[in-house]
Amino acid sequence: MKITIEQLLQNTDKYKAGTQIELSGTIYTARDQAHKRLVSLLNNGEKLPVRLKDSCIYYCGPCPNSPDKIIGSCGPTTASRMDVYTPAMLSNGVKIIIGKGKRSKEVVDSIKDNKAIYLIATGGVGALIAQKVKSFKLIAFEDLGPEAIYELVVKDFPLIVAIDCFGNTLFR
Amino acid sequence: MRKIESKDIISRITDLCADANFNLPQDITDCIASYIKNDDSISDKILKEILENAKIASQEKIALCQDTGTANFFVKIGKNVEIVGDDIFCAINKGVAQGYTKYYLRKSIVCDPLDRINTKDNTPANIYCDFTDGNEIEITILTKGGGSENASFLKMLTPLDGWEGIKKFVIESIKLKGANACPPIIVGLGIGGDFASVGLLAKKAILRTIGSKNKKQEYDKKEQELLEEINKLNIGPMGLGGVPTALAVFIETKHCHIASMPVAINIQCHSCRRKTIVL
Repeated sequence: MKITIEQLLQNTDKYKAGTQIELSGTIYTARDQAHKRLVSLLNNGEKLPVRLKDSCIYYCGPCPNSPDKIIGSCGPTTASRMDVYTPAMLSNGVKIIIGKGKRSKEVVDSIKDNKAIYLIATGGVGALIAQKVKSFKLIAFEDLGPEAIYELVVKDFPLIVAIDCFGNTLFR
Repeated sequence: MRKIESKDIISRITDLCADANFNLPQDITDCIASYIKNDDSISDKILKEILENAKIASQEKIALCQDTGTANFFVKIGKNVEIVGDDIFCAINKGVAQGYTKYYLRKSIVCDPLDRINTKDNTPANIYCDFTDGNEIEITILTKGGGSENASFLKMLTPLDGWEGIKKFVIESIKLKGANACPPIIVGLGIGGDFASVGLLAKKAILRTIGSKNKKQEYDKKEQELLEEINKLNIGPMGLGGVPTALAVFIETKHCHIASMPVAINIQCHSCRRKTIVL
């Protein structure tokens, strides 16, 4: 099913665990070090380089792009490393998270409390996912290299709802 | 004594970094294809994406996975070879720095585990050298991602734990972390040696080709037994259930102390990027 970020944001409750979607819209990469910095800024009441409200965060550290390509390989990284920061990100407005692998009970509860949604992309298929990226721009924390925050505009990004807004999970 | 110029090693390693990261070995794609049932299952969708990804990576010369990994090298140096110029460690590191830069591969190495400053050229590589007969150098690269490496375990079992104890350790470890390691996985199992060497045994086990037999018949049977047990766990592709959870189990063993039975489990994701060259 093809949907946009806006459609997903309006009706997170329509997309149950197990639903396969192709998502289009603007997403932001953030992984370990970017999460650490964002949550530290939040805790200190400082201004953030991205608006978290109704945002979609993608756990990804892409390869650099060669001159003839929009982006290098850009698949998901293991989400559980971000578990400790995810409740803070969700309570500050992040609605959609994209990664791979299981999440902690605290994250599942936080997804439920904030009516958010956790989508998974297939790990290790970064070349395929790169074909779905239409633009790629550095937003913040350039010194982190692949761990910086980048803005990606994606078209038909293949994903599966792994934890829905009711806290149902696909993982066994 | 045959002379090999270090500049030739550097240029071969430069291209080897790209070759390994762009081209999934045939034994891996064949094995994954053998599990496709052409039904509407999520596991089928994932396996097809993996094969489609391999095609795109190879055609477009783009990395199979954004985690282009720690560059591991297993080197066998013939005793009748003299390397002229840089030593083997320096030559391989220069090749890695050039290859990861030239081919736009991700630089994933930090110089210190706590301050975490990126070295910006993916060096240093992990290089393991052995010596052998002959006048050639054989170099195998294994570019290993962090996700599957983080799902690996090492435990000092004791002799009376036996094979049953090892099996239990493997199954419990895969239940705990298998879903996060980009299954279907390959399980490298090292048994014996000591604390320092058992991890390397497990890593070397991953280098085997799917379908190859263990040299020791009794371990060949054990590999099959463990593979069947792991695939009964129903973790499945990307941890969403179904089969396969693992494509293969490979065991390497070594002598050990009468009081010890070290066991290491090194998990390899489905994107098993390994390649061997001979100079």
